[in-house]
Amino acid sequence: MTEYKHSVSLDVSKCKGCTHCLKRCPTEAIRIREGKADINSKKCIDCGECIRVCPYKAKKAVYDPLDTMENYKYKIALPAPTLYGQFDHLDDIDFVIQGLLDMGFDDVYEVAKAAEIVTEYTRHYLHKEGLKKPVISSACPVVVRLISTRFPFLCENVMPILPPVEVAGKLAKEKAKKEHPELSDEDIGCFFISPCPAKVSYVKNSFAGEKSYVDEVLSISDVYFKLVSYMNKIDAPEASCESGMVGVSWAVAGGESTAVFNDKYLAADGIENVIKVLDQIDNSDFPELEFVELNACNGGCVGGVMTVANPYIAKARIQSLKRYLPVSPNSHSADGSVPDYVMMPELEYEPTSPLSKDRKEAMRMMADIQEIRKDLPDLDCGSCGAPTCAAFAEDIVRGETCADECVVFMRQVFHDYIARHQMRMEEEAEKRRNGNS
Amino acid sequence: MGENIRFHFDVDGDDFSSAGAASVEVKKQLRKLGFSPDVIRRVAIAMYEGEINMVIHADGGTVDVEVGDEDITMILSDRGPGIADVEKAMQEGFSTARDNIRSLGFGAGMGLPNMKKYTDDMKIETALGLGTTVIMKVNV
Repeated sequence: MTEYKHSVSLDVSKCKGCTHCLKRCPTEAIRIREGKADINSKKCIDCGECIRVCPYKAKKAVYDPLDTMENYKYKIALPAPTLYGQFDHLDDIDFVIQGLLDMGFDDVYEVAKAAEIVTEYTRHYLHKEGLKKPVISSACPVVVRLISTRFPFLCENVMPILPPVEVAGKLAKEKAKKEHPELSDEDIGCFFISPCPAKVSYVKNSFAGEKSYVDEVLSISDVYFKLVSYMNKIDAPEASCESGMVGVSWAVAGGESTAVFNDKYLAADGIENVIKVLDQIDNSDFPELEFVELNACNGGCVGGVMTVANPYIAKARIQSLKRYLPVSPNSHSADGSVPDYVMMPELEYEPTSPLSKDRKEAMRMMADIQEIRKDLPDLDCGSCGAPTCAAFAEDIVRGETCADECVVFMRQVFHDYIARHQMRMEEEAEKRRNGNS
Repeated sequence: MGENIRFHFDVDGDDFSSAGAASVEVKKQLRKLGFSPDVIRRVAIAMYEGEINMVIHADGGTVDVEVGDEDITMILSDRGPGIADVEKAMQEGFSTARDNIRSLGFGAGMGLPNMKKYTDDMKIETALGLGTTVIMKVNV
């Protein structure tokens, strides 16, 4: 397997090697080595927590620059529903769509529109016989990666339906080819305007072995100011929004599941809450649940780190924007089937590395870890560069660091040294006094 | 034969929010030791059910896990009321949990049956008024 490409980067000159990101990383993927943060790519799930908490703005989301637009003859914008919640005093989504066209996109295919299609197929999918319940939404890429690295038995629960952005990319490309048969595949570029870096990783890693239909991922925060200046010039937009309440609601936690029309659902947001829910589903059976929607960001996609607005303000704006929209204009499959084009392969388990492939060796290492832990202070201060004393003990045994890095341990060593030194001085003074007498 | 690994946990009584925490921790450790997902799941579920039982019925207790070359042993001890009729307690759907516990979604009477189902060996030592010890083994 090739190395997983992540979408969080470090500006080494800004990183002070403090413990903010270290302590907040939900998968303990970060260590501070030689005064700088270092991310273990096998453990990172692209949740963006480290970007959110870094006080020095040293952690950055990686996304494609706006000028990648020049690489394509025919450019299609795929705006995330979250984009609509970023603007003050916006009462009509048409301004956003028109703004994107004026900015230079040849077409706009709303991800909210595709979300309604996904919602429709989710309803059909839930009626299938023999499904492992609860069915877990596949929309949040952080959650999908978390499950694939940590919850082998829940891989089967993840709904094998493509997330809305992929469906949008596919349908947008088909539409473009139909309307402009002269265009070749390379001419058409699909640009997802994304609230989160995890979508960038998702696209760059050809998820589940299939190439993404999205070509470039732009950041909402990067597009925002340029887009606003175009939107301000519009008197009456010509383009019109094609999505409804259901699709636009996907921007907010709970939006996806309420639209499934099945009250046996659970919706959780925030990465810590998500992990707790998954642990509990993994332990017991939750027979009463049909559908689980999990969003790694607080508040749902509006809480993504590549957004501009406060997530809760964005949520309030989405609420008022959707009030006058039709419910779900994009649901059109009446026969209850789920077409192949929206299906994806079942999620595969990719465990993060055990202590050793050899069980006996792993057991020996675990015994060493337990032994080392007895001498550690359990302060979990992070000064050693590991998030907890337990993680530090493991790092020592794995040969990645040494016990001297523990400041509490070293302080004791130092105190002992001084005490011994003082004792020796006193003994020598005593000897001198005795010799003189 | 190598040295066995031991883990010890104290389970607080009447604290549903942290019930299951020991099971999550053991799962994490077993993953590091490279056990198969199936073994990890069986241990985690059996232990989780046992933990919940201790919280519901016995005001907490202790869990000791020993990882050996051939099996994983879990010993759950409490100083609760003891089990009056073990055979009956083993029946699916039988529960003595109070209504307020049931309203939390527990007390479905599947705890002990699940513990037996997911383990290779289970022994219950119980004395009324003194407490209960459940010893479970999962072969690896």
